[in-house]
Amino acid sequence: MTTPVPTPATSPNRKPWPLRALGAAALVSMAVTVWLGLWVTPPDKVQGQLVRLVYIHPPIAWVALYLAFGTAALASVLWLWPRTRSRFWDNLAAASMEVGTVFTALTLVTGSIWGRPTWGVWWAWDARLTSTALLLVLQLGYLALRRVPGDADSRARRCAVGAVIAGVDVPIVHFSVDWWKTLHQGATVLNPDLSPTIHGIMAWTLLLAFVAMTLVFIWMLIVRYRIQVLSERLEGAELEMALHERWAENPVPVPELVP
Amino acid sequence: MWRDALLVAGKDLRIEMRSRVVLNQVAPFAIVVLVLFAFALGPDRTPMVQGAAGLFWVAVLFAAVLAVQRSFALEANDGTRDGLRLSGLDPAGIFLGKAAAVAAQLIVLEVLLAAGVVLFYGAHVRSYGAVVAACAAGTAGLAAVGTLYGALAAGVRVRETLLPFLLLPVVAPVLLAGTRAWQAALGTGPGGDTAGPWLSLLLVFAAVYLSLGVVIFGSLQESG
Repeated sequence: MTTPVPTPATSPNRKPWPLRALGAAALVSMAVTVWLGLWVTPPDKVQGQLVRLVYIHPPIAWVALYLAFGTAALASVLWLWPRTRSRFWDNLAAASMEVGTVFTALTLVTGSIWGRPTWGVWWAWDARLTSTALLLVLQLGYLALRRVPGDADSRARRCAVGAVIAGVDVPIVHFSVDWWKTLHQGATVLNPDLSPTIHGIMAWTLLLAFVAMTLVFIWMLIVRYRIQVLSERLEGAELEMALHERWAENPVPVPELVP
Repeated sequence: MWRDALLVAGKDLRIEMRSRVVLNQVAPFAIVVLVLFAFALGPDRTPMVQGAAGLFWVAVLFAAVLAVQRSFALEANDGTRDGLRLSGLDPAGIFLGKAAAVAAQLIVLEVLLAAGVVLFYGAHVRSYGAVVAACAAGTAGLAAVGTLYGALAAGVRVRETLLPFLLLPVVAPVLLAGTRAWQAALGTGPGGDTAGPWLSLLLVFAAVYLSLGVVIFGSLQESG
């Protein structure tokens, strides 16, 4: 005989409508980006069809290097700050870092695909490539730290400190590798005088691609966050269920666990 | 804070004086690494001289991982961690003390390794000032990051495999800047390269992580 397990307050199957709307917006903007990027925009004089990668690679890199990592680092700092400490920031940092890792890997992959025809090599020890690769390793380190068994509180503490150490490292890595060697083209859209050096439909497509990729990231972040919360709730519920079953089959009352 | 740091550093160094683990195990390991590099690069001297600066710093990084692991293995037994927390010492002091002890041991290892690089690889030092300055600044940075990660991984069952994976990517700038500074000092780097900017990078790295450690170490000690 089993005692019913307390059900979560919200059903895991039903996503709230704002999340659905966000997902739809991400999908539509991405589809329009693909259409504009592949069919409407003209090929480039120098790069030919390869220029179409500009609608994919920089937006992914923007999400990976700034948005995702920035969110994770900020959330970790907010967790460490005693006044704002809450499980929300820990879960947000974890979700952001995990989604960000995917985007960093995609940055490297798309960059590599672009590098092969333009530079003639899949990989070059160029400044940005090298620092992005190091960022990926730092993120994998965080995910490894995340998987260390232990109670939730000390895990949150370890991960937050780990994220801050890694976060402080990112600008240092960036500058040191920049000095070390450079081959990558300078930033095209956000160059210092803030005048985009590409024009017309291509600029609009690129802008839309940035928006689309940002929407995709936010949607993935929220979904990942929900999974995080639900899986924690499930862990708790499974323990409850096991305890209930144990009580049901054992006539001797089990002593209360120390909270 | 400074008095606490001295106490903790003195304790760690006294344990090392009596147990001689770093001297008897980590130092020979570092020399073995140098010899292995020589095997990998072949009997010809030229690539060894060219690579001497980088090989020195890679060996230092490996030795640093071991030194940090040793430093926190000291705290793993006999409830030392709880003892430290109960002692009422300033967490910033504990951090600086542990880092100072690690740095002192690393300096000894670096002297050995530098002698090895000169003897085995035939490296020729042109600017002793830059070599010493790079070692001092690089060691401070390595010890600071190492102590932070050591404390982070302490008490975790998978710490032996976790620590190198976490530590080595973060200290990559030390390897990079230390190597370039040494290349300038040994005269094996790209033409016109000076040690100056790389030394300042090492200093910035050390300053950033020492101050981060002073601020953040307390939250690592809270529990768990």
